[in-house]
Amino acid sequence: MSKELIRLVDCCMAFDDELVLDNLNLTIDNREFLTLLGSSGCGKTTTLRIIGGFLSPTSGSVYFDGAEITNVPPHKRQINTVFQKYALFPHLDVYENIAFGLRISKTPKDEIDRRVKEMLDIVSLRGFDHRKPNALSGGQQQRVAIARALVNRPKVLLLDEPLGALDLRLRKDMQNELKRIQRQTGITFIYVTHDQEEALAMSDTVVVMDKGHIQQIGTPEDIYNEPKNAFVADFIGESNILDGCMHEDFVVEFLGCKFPCVDKGFAKKEAVDVVIRPEDIDIVPKEEGRLSGMITEITFKGIYYDIIVDINGFKWLIQTTDFHPLGSTIGIVIPPDDIHVMKKSVYSDQVGDYSSYSDEYEEINDPDFAEKEETDEEDKEHEF
Amino acid sequence: MSSKAFVRIAAVPYVVWMAIFVIVPLLFIVGYAFTNSSGALTLENFSNLGVYAPVFKNSFLQAGIATLVCLLIGYPFAYILSNERPSVQKVAILLIMLPMWMNFLLRTYAWMTILENNGFLNQFFRSIGLIDYLNNIGILTTDYIPMINTSFAVVLGMVYNYLPFMILPIFTVLSGIDRRYIEAAQDLGANRRQTFRRLILPLSLPGVLSGIMMVFIPSVSTFAISRLLGGGLHWLLGDVIDMQFLGGTYNPHLGSAISLIMMIVVVVCMGIMNRFGDGEDEAVLL
Repeated sequence: MSKELIRLVDCCMAFDDELVLDNLNLTIDNREFLTLLGSSGCGKTTTLRIIGGFLSPTSGSVYFDGAEITNVPPHKRQINTVFQKYALFPHLDVYENIAFGLRISKTPKDEIDRRVKEMLDIVSLRGFDHRKPNALSGGQQQRVAIARALVNRPKVLLLDEPLGALDLRLRKDMQNELKRIQRQTGITFIYVTHDQEEALAMSDTVVVMDKGHIQQIGTPEDIYNEPKNAFVADFIGESNILDGCMHEDFVVEFLGCKFPCVDKGFAKKEAVDVVIRPEDIDIVPKEEGRLSGMITEITFKGIYYDIIVDINGFKWLIQTTDFHPLGSTIGIVIPPDDIHVMKKSVYSDQVGDYSSYSDEYEEINDPDFAEKEETDEEDKEHEF
Repeated sequence: MSSKAFVRIAAVPYVVWMAIFVIVPLLFIVGYAFTNSSGALTLENFSNLGVYAPVFKNSFLQAGIATLVCLLIGYPFAYILSNERPSVQKVAILLIMLPMWMNFLLRTYAWMTILENNGFLNQFFRSIGLIDYLNNIGILTTDYIPMINTSFAVVLGMVYNYLPFMILPIFTVLSGIDRRYIEAAQDLGANRRQTFRRLILPLSLPGVLSGIMMVFIPSVSTFAISRLLGGGLHWLLGDVIDMQFLGGTYNPHLGSAISLIMMIVVVVCMGIMNRFGDGEDEAVLL
C-alpha cells in the first residue's frame, strides 16, 4: 500500500526569473489520494505539470517507480491527466474521445470497444457514446474527461481543479464519485485544488502549498487539528490566531490570561502563535468565562451562527448553535486540548483577528478574483 | 428604441446593397441565360455549350492543379508559422500580405518579364549553362525553356496570386487550436506525428476548406492571368465569358449561360466538399 511511486527531488521552477517552485521535495505513495492544496500562484499546478511532463523543472529531478523521468516527454509516461477545462477533443464524439488513447496504442478493436463501454458504465454515461462534447453538460464533460484518462489504466491520474467549473451540488456528487472511482481502480490520484473543503473531504494526504514551498504534508485530520504554522491554520478552515507566550510545558498565555494546554517542547517564554478553532469555543455566562466580551456581529449560517466577539480588542470568530443577541456580553471557555500552539513563522504577522471579517469572505466568494490570477499564471507558463 | 429594432434598421443599408449588387445581377444573368437577343425564352444558349466543353475541362483542371499546389505549399507553411513566436508570425503575415498591396495586373506583368523566352529566368538558366546542357542531351531544341504562354505559366500565376488566400484561413484555424488539446493528446500517448494526424489535421479542416474555396473560385473564373501568362492560347472560362460581353463575339446571352453553369458547378463542388467537413464549422462560402 505505502510503496513509493513518485518522488520529486529539489525541484525548482522559474519563469522569467520568477521562482514558482523553490526546492520542492515530495514523495507520493502508490494507490494514494494526494491533494496539492493552495491558493492561485502557489505552485500547485506547476508541480502537477512537472509530474505530467508538460514542464521540465529548472533544476531538480523527478523519479517514477525508481527510474528518473525528469526529461521523459508526456506521451511516454504512464500518467494521464484530467485537465482543468477538460480539453475534450471537439471533433470526436464521447466514444472516440475515450478511445483516443487506446487507438494510439493500437489496442485491438474489440478490446477498445469493451474497455470504452466499461468506462462509460463507471462514469454512468452509457448511451452518450455518440454525443459531441459541446452537446454535454459540464458535469458530463467532466466525466468523459475522467473516463478518457482512466481507460488507459494509468499508474497515476493527475487532476487539475477538475471540479472548478461545476456548481456546488454537482461538485459534492462528483467528489464522492471520484473518491469511489479511486478506491475501485486503485489508481494513485494527484489532485490539485484551491478548495480546502474538497481537499479535506477526499484526500488520504494533503499537501498545503504557498509561494512555491510546501507548508505542511499530512492527513486531513493532521492538517486541520495540528496546523504547522499560521498560514496553514488560516487557510484550512476558520481560525482565531493569537499572539501568545509559552510559559512552560502545558501553560500558554494570551490576551493576558494563562491557559492550560496540551502542547510542550517550547523554550521558556517563547513567543508563539495560538490557534483556536471557532467551533471549539464554549460560550458561558460572562461571570463564568475566563475571557469575556461583547458580540459585535451575527451571521446566520443555517446550522450555526457565526458571531464576532470583541475580547480586549481582539475580534474572535465563534460558531455556536445557540442564539445570543447582538450587543450582549458573553464569557468563553476553551478546553485545553482545543488550544493549539504553533511556532512563530513568517506568516505570523499576516494573519490577524476577524476585524475585517466580511472583506475576507467577499474575497473568497469572488470567483473572478481567483480566476484572474490563475489566467496570469497560465499565460506565464505558455510564454515560457 | 429596442436594440433589436436598432439592429434591424442598421441592417437596412447592407440588405439594400446586397439586393442591388448581388441579387439583381444574379437575376439578370439568369434572365439573359434563358432568353435570346430578341427577348424570347429559349434554351438555345445551353444547347450550344458543348463547344466549350474543352474550355470547361481546361479551366477546372488548371484551377484544380493551382488549388492543390497552393494547399501543398500553404498548409506546411501555415503549420510551421502557427508554431512560431507571435512576433515572427506578425512579420510573416505582413510579408504574405505585402504583394497584395500592389496592383494585381502589375504583379502579373512582372511574371511575364520573368518567364519570357528572353526573360529573367531564361537568362539565368543560360548563364549557368542549363540551356546548353539540355540542348546537348536532346531534351530541348530552342535556346530557351518555353515557359510563357504555357498552362504551366497560367497555373504559376494562379498559385502566386492566390496563395495568401490559402495560407491565411489555415493559419487562422491552426493558431486558434487550444494548446490544451495538444497537451491532452500527448498525455494520452500520442507522439508528434499521431497528434498531428488525429488531432491537428481534423481540427484544421474548416480552414483547409475555406482556403480551397478562396483559391479555387477565383482561379476557375480568372481571365487576366490566362490572357497575360497564357498568351490567349490557353483559354479559360473567364476568357470565354469576357469575350461574350466585351469581345468581338458580343453575346451576353451565351455569356450568362456559361456563367450560370460555372456557378452551379462551383456550388455543387463546394457542397460536396462541405459534406467532408460535416459536423465541423461550415467553411466560409464567399
